[in-house]
Amino acid sequence: MFDGYTTSELMSIFAMQGFAGLSLFSVFVLMALGLAIIFGQMGVINMAHGEFMILGAYTTYLTSNLFQTYLPSLFGGYFFVAMILAFVFCAALGAFVEWAMVRHLYRRPLDTLLATWGLSLILQQAYRSIFGAREVGVDLPEWMMGAFQVTDLVELPINGLFVMIIALSIALAVYLLMFRSGWGRKVRAVVQNRPMAEAVGINSAAVDRATFALGCGIAGIAGSAFTMIGSTGPSSGQAYIVDTFLVVVFGGAQSLIGTIVSAFSISQAQSTMEFFLSGSMAKVLTLLVVVGILMLRPEGLMALKVRR
Amino acid sequence: MGTTQITGTPRSGAKGGGIRRSLKAVACAASVLLAASAGAAPGTDEVNTTGLAVTDDTVKVGILHSITGTMAISEIGSVQAEKLAIDQINAQGGVLGRKIEYVQEDGASDWPTFAEKARKLLRQDDVAAIFGCWTSASRKAVLPVIEQYNGMLYYPTFYEGLEQSPNVIYTGQEATQQILAGIDWAVKEKGAKSFYLLGSDYIWPRTSNKIARKHIEKKGLKVVGEEYYPLGHTQFNSVINKIKLKKPDVIFASVVGGSNVAFYKQMKAAGVDFTEEEPLLLTISVTEDEIRGIGGENVEGIYASMKYFQSLDNTNNEEFVKAFKDAYGDDMVIGDVTQAAYLGPWLWKAAVEKAGSFDIDKIREASPEIEFKKAPEGYVRVHKNHHLWSKTRIGLAQTNGQYKVVYETKELMEPDPFPEGYQ
Repeated sequence: MFDGYTTSELMSIFAMQGFAGLSLFSVFVLMALGLAIIFGQMGVINMAHGEFMILGAYTTYLTSNLFQTYLPSLFGGYFFVAMILAFVFCAALGAFVEWAMVRHLYRRPLDTLLATWGLSLILQQAYRSIFGAREVGVDLPEWMMGAFQVTDLVELPINGLFVMIIALSIALAVYLLMFRSGWGRKVRAVVQNRPMAEAVGINSAAVDRATFALGCGIAGIAGSAFTMIGSTGPSSGQAYIVDTFLVVVFGGAQSLIGTIVSAFSISQAQSTMEFFLSGSMAKVLTLLVVVGILMLRPEGLMALKVRR
Repeated sequence: MGTTQITGTPRSGAKGGGIRRSLKAVACAASVLLAASAGAAPGTDEVNTTGLAVTDDTVKVGILHSITGTMAISEIGSVQAEKLAIDQINAQGGVLGRKIEYVQEDGASDWPTFAEKARKLLRQDDVAAIFGCWTSASRKAVLPVIEQYNGMLYYPTFYEGLEQSPNVIYTGQEATQQILAGIDWAVKEKGAKSFYLLGSDYIWPRTSNKIARKHIEKKGLKVVGEEYYPLGHTQFNSVINKIKLKKPDVIFASVVGGSNVAFYKQMKAAGVDFTEEEPLLLTISVTEDEIRGIGGENVEGIYASMKYFQSLDNTNNEEFVKAFKDAYGDDMVIGDVTQAAYLGPWLWKAAVEKAGSFDIDKIREASPEIEFKKAPEGYVRVHKNHHLWSKTRIGLAQTNGQYKVVYETKELMEPDPFPEGYQ
C-alpha cells in the first residue's frame, strides 16, 4: 500500500489528504447542518434539501452575472452578497413551504417524506425550465483561485479554505443560536415537550416555521459555497443528498454535535482511503463501516439521552 | 401498444403480413400506375419491395432521441443536426425523387422506452431508417429490436467499440480511433512518457482506458495511475493530490457530465495550470457543448482528441456551421456528436441512391465504401465493418469555449471496433 513512496512523500500525502479530508468535512457539515436542524428539531425529513442547496447555487450564479454586468468593479466581493441572498431566498421559500405544506403534515412523518420529495421534483423541473438543463458554471473572483504553497508538494487551495471558514462560522452560529439564545431555548423546549412549551406561552407554530426556514437558509448558503467546487445543474442536488443523509443518520439524528462528529469521521476515513484505494472502493468501504457501526449503535454516534 | 406486437413477422420476409400488407400492395400498384403516367422518379414498387413507408413523393424516417430527461441536453443537438440534414436533402430534391418526412419519438432518457419507440417506428410507422440513440445503454436496448425487425440505425456518438451490427451504421468514432491518435500525438509531439488514466465509473471510460493502457504499454511507456469516480462525483481533491505526486506527463481524462465542472475547477484551484503545459491534460469527453457548462476559463489549455471541432477550417464546415446557426441561433455550439449526427441522413441518402432502392438489405450491401465528400469534418467513408474511416484531431481549448485544432492525422484512420488482443 505504501510502496513507492518515500517517507517525506508519505508525510506530504498525509498532510494533503488531511487537508482534503478537512475540506470534505466542511462540505459535509454545510450539507448536513440544515437537514439535521429540521430533522432533529421537528422530525421532518426534508427530501428537498438538495434542491434548496441548488437554489442557493443558482442565486449565486445570478448574483455573479448581475455583478459582472452592472458592477464589474465590485466583482471581487460579490460572493458575500450572494451568500446572504442565498440564505434569504432559501429561508423565505422554506418558510413558505412550511406554511403551505409541511405544517399540515406534522403528525404524519411518512407523508412529509413524500410531500418534500414531490417538492424536490417540482423544484428540479422549475430549475430546468428557468435555467435550462445544462450545468451552469459560476465565475469566481480572481482572489479565490489558486493555492497557498506550503511545501513543494503541499498546496492548500484557497477556495477549500474559504469553504472551511464558512462551515465553521455557520456551525458556530448555529451552536450559539441553539444553545445560547432565547430563541434556541424555545426551539429545544418545543422539541422536548410541545404541550408544555405551549402552556408556558411559546408560540410553537412560529418556532416551527422559523426552524424550517433556518434549515433551508443554511442549505442555501451551502449551495452557494459549493459553486466554488462543484457544478450547478437542475439535478445536482441529488448528488449531495445521499451523503447528507448518511452524515445525519450516522451522527445520531437528534444531535447537532453528532452531525459534526460524524461529518468529521466519515470525511477523514474517506479521504485517507481514497488515496490508497480507488475512489469507488473508498466509498464502498466507508458505507460498510457506517452500516457496521449503525448496527451496533442504531441511534447513531451521539444519541440524545431522553427518558422514554 | 408494443407488448401486443412483440410477435410480429420480420418485415423483410414479405410472406406474413395479412390485410395491412395486402392493402399496401394494392396502394403501391395504384401509385405505380400514377407515377408511370406522370413520368416521375422510379416507381415505388421498384425501390421498395418490403413494405416500408415509401410513396411516390415521400419516404418516412424516424428520429429517436431523448428530448426529455437527463440526456436531453446532449441529444437535442443531435436532433437538430439530423433535422437540418433532412431539410437540406429535401431542398436538393430528396432521395430518389422523394421528400423525406420524419417521425420523431422521445426516448426520454430511459432505455426500455428507447426499445419500445424503436419497435413503434419500425412496426407501426414502417420507417426506412432511424437516426438516433446517444448513450451506449440506449443503443444496446434498441439493437435487438432493430435486428429483429430488420431496420437501419444511424448512431452518432463516439463510443467504446466492441460492437458491430449489420443493422447499424456508426457515424461517430469507436474507441481506438479516438484514443490511439491522441496518445500517439502526445508521445510524438510532446514527448510524453507516463500517463495517468482517469474516468467516470461506467463502461465507456473503463473500456477506453483499457485500450489506452494497452496502447501505452505496447509502446514501452508507463501508466502511473488509473482511477474511476462515480458519476456525479464532486470531490476530486484526493486524485489531484495523487496526480501531483506521481507527476505524469499526461492526464488522460474521460470524466463525464457535471463531474467535469468540479474536476476542472478543483484542478485549477489546486494550482495545476494547463496553460503551462505541465502536466498535459488530454480529454476524450469534453466537447464544445460541455465547455459551455464548465466555463472556458477553467479548461483553457487542455487538449481534446476527437474527430470534429466547431472551429475546423474548411469550406464544408463553414457552410455547416453557418446553416446550423441560421437554423437554431447564433449562440449554438456544435460538438463532435452533433456533427456525427448530421452525417447520418447524408450517408443514408448516398446508400439508398447507390442501391437504387430503399430496401434495408440492399442499403446494407451498398453501405461499405460509401463516401461523403461534403462532411463538415472533411471527408468520410464507410468501412465494411459499418464504422467510418475518419481523421482524428487534437484541439487546444481556448477561453472562449472553442478548440483550436493543433494536429490532425494525415490519413483517414481505419475503424477497428474489435482491437486485437483486447478480449
